[in-house]
Order: sequence, then structure tokens, then C-alpha cells
Amino acid sequence: MTIPCIPYDLDLFFQYLFAGLTYGAMYAIVAIGFNIIYNTTGIINFAQGEFVMLGGMIAISLMTFLPLGYAIAAAVLITMAIGAVIEILFIRWLESPSVLRMIIITIGISILLRESALHIWGESIRSLPYFYGNEVTTFNLGSVHISPQVVWVIAACAVMMAGLSLFFKATPIGREMRACAANRTAALLCGINTRNMVTLSFMLSAGIGALAGCVMSPITYTQYDSGTSLAIKGFTVAILGGLGNSLAAVAAGILLGIIEAFSVTVVPLAFQDAIAIAILLLILFVRPYGIFGSSEAARLKDF
Amino acid sequence: MSSGNDRALDDCEPLLALHGVHKRFGGLHAVNDISFAVATGSIKAVIGPNGAGKTTLFNLIAGNLPVSAGTITFQGQEIQGKKTHAIVRLGMARTFQNIKLFHGMTALECVMVGRHVQSRCGFFAGLFNLPFTWKEERASRARAMELLDFLQIADLAQVEATSLAFGQQRAVEMARALAAEPKLLLLDEPAAGLNIYETAEVARLITTIRDMGVTVLLVEHDMSLVMDISDEIVVLSFGAKLAEDTPANIQQNAGVIKIYLGEDDAG
Repeated sequence: MTIPCIPYDLDLFFQYLFAGLTYGAMYAIVAIGFNIIYNTTGIINFAQGEFVMLGGMIAISLMTFLPLGYAIAAAVLITMAIGAVIEILFIRWLESPSVLRMIIITIGISILLRESALHIWGESIRSLPYFYGNEVTTFNLGSVHISPQVVWVIAACAVMMAGLSLFFKATPIGREMRACAANRTAALLCGINTRNMVTLSFMLSAGIGALAGCVMSPITYTQYDSGTSLAIKGFTVAILGGLGNSLAAVAAGILLGIIEAFSVTVVPLAFQDAIAIAILLLILFVRPYGIFGSSEAARLKDF
Repeated sequence: MSSGNDRALDDCEPLLALHGVHKRFGGLHAVNDISFAVATGSIKAVIGPNGAGKTTLFNLIAGNLPVSAGTITFQGQEIQGKKTHAIVRLGMARTFQNIKLFHGMTALECVMVGRHVQSRCGFFAGLFNLPFTWKEERASRARAMELLDFLQIADLAQVEATSLAFGQQRAVEMARALAAEPKLLLLDEPAAGLNIYETAEVARLITTIRDMGVTVLLVEHDMSLVMDISDEIVVLSFGAKLAEDTPANIQQNAGVIKIYLGEDDAG
């Protein structure tokens, strides 16, 4: 097995490192979306990638008559509403469905969203403009050139993490969502409407996904089917960190991003996606509860 | 039912009343035509051998399971068929035989979740942390601390609840139930797994809770606890009501003695 060697050129090394961090932060955001729904419902929402795509696409469409900031805010709100509608239509009325059934339903939802997007936006590849400057704007850190959008992506990830941990730690609703995740029966008996909490978790995941879709759009571009590969990467990261653990997801996301970035020094670029899948398979065989998770905690979950 | 006790139960409408409640699981008749009433301000116990249907009965009252037939009235309002969280909102809280605390939360946070039904602020105020929410949050924190203090575990408020000792976890669960400021408290085997000193402490707590104006309905195996604190006892056997009387009379009841001392049909 070849160990990815550090490029002799130190500048190149940092260039790869920042590329890895950027992609890692994006994967982490998608993974957090998986985790929020997993935590409150115990299901993996395979339509998470489509939320990311929808956020980007809606923001791009709104850009025609709204300034960038408002377009992103509106796109996030609209995607949250879509998330809520999906939960109410397809999930809410099910009485204790099996994990397999839920997986098939969410895969169905993802196909539905993807095909709807194809009808609305067509096959063309779009993107939001760079939030600051354009694709050739860089600022220099020593001799390393960094695009300002990279800073936006990393900052969005950091702000989201901080906001979420504040939400779950310090607000009554956040605490009730955690209660619902930890023990649904007991939460019900505290008078909490757990179904509303599930709807809320779909809204939250959709909103986070949409915001991710907006900040990454200038770098990765947005197409009707761009959600699929992101969902696979996000899922890999969520599993790698240990399902349900959002802080570990950030670490795992950055790890995967950096591995991918440095892999180009040893394998052709075309194999980059194969690396994520290989890691996913390896983790599922060796440590299905994630590198930061414990097998004991995993046994308490349904999945 | 029986008239031999000194409490005038007919004076006020009972807080909780069951009329002909049935529960069938397929062919199994788990709860068979149960009727009884719980008077406001009393302590009532449900006893019976294992498998008599006590926990099923609790699940029916709390709305965790739908009844197959019969009515359950709480404060004059029929509650069978209502959702659990709606019943809780009416003023009924419960604890579990197998403790169900929230993994990853401190004792204080667990109790604060119990305050949920007391929360006046709506969904969006809660989400965006408007000043009103902060005020309510402070009040809720203060009340949760008060309850932990009442249960003598205030010093453990910041400890993760699921890492506490068994008896302490039970106390946290009781604090969480009380945090909802219920009118009726359902306790499912509050003394299970406790030693005699802890059991005596639980007995003292339950009577204190009653004296604070909370009506208590409990399921319990520990006979000394039940006999000491209950105003009335309902005995279940194979899903049916065998007797309902004061502790003194229950101890004399031939049918009850038979199922507990075990003839060949006993559980």
C-alpha cells in the first residue's frame, strides 16, 4: 500500500491542505444534516443530498431578482419548508416503520426531488457567483493562494457548528429535541409532541443542507443530480465519525477532505470518488460504529 | 366501591376514574373489565402478581396503549384515545419501572425537559430565544433546582443523569415528573431495586408529594411500602380486579392471601 507522500514543495502541500479543508467542511455540513435526522428518528435520510442541491438551485433562481444575501436566506427558508412538507407527507403518519422501509422511502424522496429538479431547471450546470471577488480573486497567506470562497465555506461550517451546539444546549426546543432523540417514550411522557420534533429535525436538516448548497455552489457548481455524490460523501463522513455525533462528523469530514486532496499525488484524479467509497466500505466492515464512536453506544441504536 | 373506609370518597368527583376498561393483545385478555376511581388528594396502589396487568393498566391510563373497550375519565374529561403528550398536558405525569432518563443530559437538564408542559411560549419564540423565553428559562431552571433539592440530589444537578447511582436516577425521574406540576402522579414501582433505607425514604417522599396536593397512583411490589402509605389498594390478578379496599382490609382478604401465598394457579 502506498502512503500518500507529502509533496516536496511546501506551498503545494498547503494548497492541498486548504483544498482538503474546504471539501472536508462541505462534507461535514452534509453529514451534520444526516445526523440531526438520525438523532431524532433513527433513520438515515438519503434525500439529504437533494436538500443541498435544492438550496443551491433555488438561490440561483432567486438571484435574478434578489441580491445574493436575500436570495440565500430565502432559499434556505424555502428548502426548510420543503423539508417540512416532505416529512408531513411521507413520514409523519407512519406508525413505527421499520428501518428498511424508511430507507426505501427516503431513497424514493431523493429520486422524486432529483427528477422534479430536472424538470424545473433542466440539465444545465449552474452556480452562484463568488460571494466576494470572482474565481481568480485570491488572497495570499505567505506564498499560498486561497480563494475567498474557501474562507466562506469554512466560516459557514464553523458558524453552523457553533449555532447548532448553542441551539441544542441552551434553548428549550433544542433540549427537547435531544430528549426526543435520547428516549422517545420518556419525551412523550414529558408532554413533548415528538412528531413535531421530527418535523423540526427535517426542517433543520433541510435548512443546513440548503445553506451548504449555497456556500459551495461557486466552487462545486450545482446541477439537478449533484446531490447524489454529496450524499454519498456526507454519509461516508457521518459513518466515519460515528452516526449521530456531529462534532466527530466535522473531524471525519476534514479527514476525508484531506485524504481526497492528497490522494491526487498518488492516484489519478478520476479515482477521487472511489477513495470515499473505499473508506466507507472499509469502515462498515471494520468499525461500523465509526472511528470516534464506541460499539457500546452503537448497540443502543436501532440501526 | 367498598364503604368500610373512613374517607368520604363520594364528596368530591374522583380525579381519575376507570369504567369497564379492557385491553386485548390478540387472544390475550391483559386487562379485563377494570373499574376503579382515584380520589383527589389520595394515594392509591395497584398490586398483583407478575403478569397481572399492572404496567399495561398504567400504559392505558397514560395513553401509551389504546384501550380495547371502556372509558378512562381524568378530571371529568374522557381521555381514552387521546395522545400521550396531550394527556400529560392535562396534568398527569409518570415514572417508569425501568428508568427512562435522557442519555447525554445532566440531571438538571432532564428535569428541565419535564417543565415542557409548563412552558407558555410558542414554537418560534422558543426557537429564536426572545427575551420572554430567557425569563421563562430562568424560572424553569430555578424550579428544577428546587425539585432536585426536594429530592436531596441538588448537588448532582450538573452530573450526567445516566451515570448516577440507581436510587439517584429514580429521584431524577421523580423530579422530572414533578416538574410538569401534575395533578396526578403515576409511579411505576418506585421502590424496585432499592434497599430498605431507600425504600423508607421513597415512602416519605410519596407522602410529602401527596401532602403538597398531588394525587398519587402507584404500582408496587414492596408490600410494606404499599401497606404503609396507601389510602386504598386495588388488587389485580390475571388482568381482572380481585379486590379494592383499605390496606387493613386487603391484608385480611382471603382471595388476596391466596394469590400471594401461592396455590397452584398463582403466578
